[in-house]
Amino acid sequence: MTRPMVSYKNVRKSFGQIEVLKGVNLEIGEGEKVALIGPSGSGKTTLIRMLMTLEQPTSGVIEVDGTPLWHMEVNKKLVPANEKHLRNVRKNIGMVFQHFNLFPHMTVLENCTVAPIHVLGLSKKEARERAVEMLEKVKLGDKLDVYPSQLSGGQKQRVAMARALVMRPKVMLFDEVTSALDPELVGEVLEVIRELAHEGKMTMILVTHEMEFARDVADRIVFLDNGYIVAEGPPEQIFEYSSNERLKRFLSRFRLHSVYPLTTRSV
Amino acid sequence: MIWDWNIVKDVFPLIFRAMWLTLGLTLACYAVSLVLGIIWTLLRRAPWAWFRWTVNGVLEFIRSTPPLVQLYFLFYAWPLVPHVGVTLSPIAAAIIGLGVHYSTYTSEVYRSGIDAVDKGQWEAALALNFSRARTWTKVILPQAIPPIIPMLGNYLIIMFKEIPTTASIGVMGMMLTAKMYGAQHWVYLEPFTIVAFFFLLLSYPSSLFVQWLEKKMNRRFDKNEVLHEAKQKGVVV
Repeated sequence: MTRPMVSYKNVRKSFGQIEVLKGVNLEIGEGEKVALIGPSGSGKTTLIRMLMTLEQPTSGVIEVDGTPLWHMEVNKKLVPANEKHLRNVRKNIGMVFQHFNLFPHMTVLENCTVAPIHVLGLSKKEARERAVEMLEKVKLGDKLDVYPSQLSGGQKQRVAMARALVMRPKVMLFDEVTSALDPELVGEVLEVIRELAHEGKMTMILVTHEMEFARDVADRIVFLDNGYIVAEGPPEQIFEYSSNERLKRFLSRFRLHSVYPLTTRSV
Repeated sequence: MIWDWNIVKDVFPLIFRAMWLTLGLTLACYAVSLVLGIIWTLLRRAPWAWFRWTVNGVLEFIRSTPPLVQLYFLFYAWPLVPHVGVTLSPIAAAIIGLGVHYSTYTSEVYRSGIDAVDKGQWEAALALNFSRARTWTKVILPQAIPPIIPMLGNYLIIMFKEIPTTASIGVMGMMLTAKMYGAQHWVYLEPFTIVAFFFLLLSYPSSLFVQWLEKKMNRRFDKNEVLHEAKQKGVVV
């Protein structure tokens, strides 16, 4: 593996009495594409939400590009991070949400320029150029002055992707980005992610229920169940050769075709 | 008692002049309540529970006490409080008193607007690494404020009608002007009728305006409506 971009070291997370992550160790290399799969409630979304600093881990350390995310070093000791430190590390990370979370009071273009202008400090002209470039990449170059409420779900999600991309994060997180879409709109969103993945530079972590897609795009599949990483490996190994019973049971719920002959379906 | 147009001719200009003070006072009180209201709302979101609890307690106290009592306290009692007490002019006492009183209401209105903003908006702002201040000014408030403008407008009208209470501490608005004229000339029918007429003349159109605003805002925030308009324009099919 290339140098690690993201690493989880014995990370645990509880919500009240319920422990959703029970000690996760995971390293993700620079430029690597990792798909997190697993039943709902297995903790995969929580795993990336902690990386986006939307949830604080109960214990353990998360590092981004060698820097602890939720901690900072003071006199060689790790202490809880302050807002300044969080903002500094957070700028490396971008996220696309299941429910898009576009800003409804801004046009498509404004959605993509507001953060470059007010967070990165770009001029309006620079921000616009960057935004237009990204919106063209997601094939929405003709929708610049439209409001989100006038777009279809698939178009909204592509705007959300452009909005995250203009910040040029090192790590992009995709949280079940097609789960809220009508089936016929899933394809256009996956297509954009696939293109991004093939460009290769960006580290990508995808939480997804689209098994075909995960197998096609990811370098590595990580299977979580009940708060643990139960199995991980290259797609071929996970989808074809794994002998893990829980993984096989999980995969048997999805109908998978082509690419690899499947032996896991008959469980 | 007979309606006398000569008295009307005599008193009308006095009350008309006093109207400007009443209006100015309304706007000043309203400005205080709008600014202070948002400050209360933000303080009530502070991370420390004891602090929120204290702020809520203060607000509840202010809201549960009649504005008239607060005006009397500010004007007559406050100057006598040792160390912190200061003498206020009637107008200053009125602006502070009513402004603070109504800020407890506008604070509730702001809160309802902010609570109505989807949680995902906060998360998106954080994911884009907005500072806290930018999150408020660029993302949350622009969505929280428009839907509550009609409610805030209603408080303007309610507050306007509360201004005559300031006559009790000697603010020479329309009310006190009419009362003093009456006391001097032993006529009350015409002066107070004119005062009522002015209040009607100003509040009724305002309430119509607020109703219109409410309809407009509702439409703006009804997504189906927006979509419908978009379809008509051919943006989506």
